[in-house]
Amino acid sequence: MKITFAHMGNLYITVKALLEDLGAEVVVPPMPSKRTLSIGSRYSPEFACLPLKVNIGNYVEALELGADTIAMAGGVGPCRFGMYGEVQREILKALGYEFDMVIIEPPQGRIRHVLEQVGRLVGRNPMRKYVGAVRLAWAKMTAVDELEKAAQRARPFERRRGAATSALGSALKLVDEAAGISQVRRALEEGQEMLRSVQDPTPGASRRNPESPPRIGIVGEVYVVLEPFVNFEVERRLGEMGVLVERSIYIGDWVKEHVFKDFMRLRKSRRPYDLAKPYLCHFVGGHGVETVGHTVEYARRGFDGVIQLAPFTCMPEIVAQDVLPAVSRDLGIPVMTLVFDEHSSDTGVLTRLEAFVDLVERSRRRRRARDGTMG
Amino acid sequence: MGEVVGIPRALLYYHYYPMWKAFFESLGGTVVTSGETTRAILDAGIKVTVDEACLPVKVFHGHVLALAGKCDYVFVPRLVSVERRAFICPKFMGLPDMIRCNCSDAPRIIDSCINLSRTTREYVRAVLATGRMFTRSTLRILAAHRRGRAALTRYGRCLESGMTPDEAMAFMGVAPLSDELAQRAVAAASSTSGVARGGGGAANVVIGLVGHPYIIYDSFVSMNVIRRLREMGATVITADMLPWAVTEREAARFPKRVFWTIGRRLLGAGFHFLRSGTVHGCLHMSAFACGPESLIGDILEREAVRHRDVPFATITVDEHTGEAGVLTRLEAFVDVVTRRRKQ
Ligand code: SF4
Ligand code: SF4
Repeated sequence: MKITFAHMGNLYITVKALLEDLGAEVVVPPMPSKRTLSIGSRYSPEFACLPLKVNIGNYVEALELGADTIAMAGGVGPCRFGMYGEVQREILKALGYEFDMVIIEPPQGRIRHVLEQVGRLVGRNPMRKYVGAVRLAWAKMTAVDELEKAAQRARPFERRRGAATSALGSALKLVDEAAGISQVRRALEEGQEMLRSVQDPTPGASRRNPESPPRIGIVGEVYVVLEPFVNFEVERRLGEMGVLVERSIYIGDWVKEHVFKDFMRLRKSRRPYDLAKPYLCHFVGGHGVETVGHTVEYARRGFDGVIQLAPFTCMPEIVAQDVLPAVSRDLGIPVMTLVFDEHSSDTGVLTRLEAFVDLVERSRRRRRARDGTMG
Repeated sequence: MGEVVGIPRALLYYHYYPMWKAFFESLGGTVVTSGETTRAILDAGIKVTVDEACLPVKVFHGHVLALAGKCDYVFVPRLVSVERRAFICPKFMGLPDMIRCNCSDAPRIIDSCINLSRTTREYVRAVLATGRMFTRSTLRILAAHRRGRAALTRYGRCLESGMTPDEAMAFMGVAPLSDELAQRAVAAASSTSGVARGGGGAANVVIGLVGHPYIIYDSFVSMNVIRRLREMGATVITADMLPWAVTEREAARFPKRVFWTIGRRLLGAGFHFLRSGTVHGCLHMSAFACGPESLIGDILEREAVRHRDVPFATITVDEHTGEAGVLTRLEAFVDVVTRRRKQ
């Protein structure tokens, strides 16, 4: 049995570690490319949201490489994600592929059911092995998040454009190849060191603003936030324009909130909900409330702007987008929404990013002049 | 005369208006609605919403704005869920918030949160909270709620007998006053026995129409699809005219229970139309970029390929759709259906 799964940013490092440690044979799909997207959008329903389409491309490319089993998560609504598996199975079947699809549904009952379903994938393992595999995967996931954060902090100060991104790439490779927890730890330290060394330590070295680079928060639907291929590498782009970027969600958070809490039926964090009031007072599926809550949080923390990323037709994000102008108005923080689908273009995104960064800087200067501080 | 409650004639007005009206009137309120959708209403909605919002949501905003100055409250319930383990659409879950953020001119809103996905308790609490805006008496609120439910049951029976919402409301005597459509419907209801029966046109076919109620029954949004089809001589059957048991049974053919209430109903209706041999053609109408319909429509299309004997077509509408284009497509579709039938 050769298992494959869809890409979402660097999540593959974690999933691969988990499955391989449990003794499964894994086929990681090729990193998403133009070809992936064109396969995906050719065979998917026109108005399906972008993640579904890119997933299809990933699956086709992995099946071409010999994968025969697709693993994915299910869901109970209200968002489309919970229907992905069945729809995708139909699409791939109609294309003539032979494969087994294992959809791991959040338990209506107990965690045992999840383990049983995972057992279907990887064969029976003693509990001890599960614990070991989860610990390794967890360590890798944490390391990936730490490295991505370090890269975001490094980019505005890098000596050579692109140096931080390539250091991040090498560091992630080390983490991916690490065979045990101690190796992961070493890979993380080494990666952090690489990311430190690409920066210019002299004060005022920031590319955009010697005093302090503008800070922009990224919010939105988890897939387009985490997958640089579909968002045209917004993070790198902004970083290289000299902007300090933070995003509202990292893979670790997603796994903790979505996978663990959903699957173990733990209480989710109320914090985004409290912050999102009075703009959005109810769960709307996906990350709608988080998008609004985090925008409020970035405004309170003094960020200079917020960018919302959303797949075209994404329902929760449309609700969020619809209330964000009120947030922006009330809290005086510039907010821009970028919507992605298979027709989005590199130059289109870049132009809008540049215009937004200009706007953010202007509004920051105005604010500072008003507050009497120079910057 | 009591408080005046405005009910926007959009979204789930088409499913629940008789119930809401009975409820508020039993509590001493007066109920008014916005008129039928017009270009002006849509334009007002477009102005206050983001581009990405779907047509029905834009139309809803327009209806809320149209009620400004005409009522003390406007009823914008948060329809999270109307049955166990299912939802309607994420947009319904954020509707009052969108209205509050975008329609500062709107009257005060009543945003009762209807959520039956897990327990009935939450629902009861919402009903009581809504009723308390009118009376302190719990008994009166419960009685009003009972009357509302009774109206809803009657309404459901009317729909199942083949009436459209306008016709059913006219028949029940609860249609909004001075409503041209309703009057037309009354005339139709009294002149024919089966009101959904086609009139006049040459085609003698039955067409299953699958689409969200606020699309297919809104004459502006749907470009009058039902009337047009009838004028061509077709008898139109919609999901709402089928018993729930039928659509549930049919929808269960899909390997996963669809967790959108309307989505599941439409899927079941579509499967029924395609498989049962009771209709000559199946027409699917949806809003451009509608989330749930993007997947439900795909499942239906795949099913239609397996039943080529029943012609299937999809018409997508948005704010730029022209009536002429829709009409041409309808004519072509009815043509195909009629020819296929003769073979
Ligand atoms: S959150 Fe948005 S993109 Fe993700 S499944 Fe839901 S609608 Fe699609
Ligand atoms: S179901 Fe479709 S048309 Fe209705 S509100 Fe949701 S996205 Fe819009």
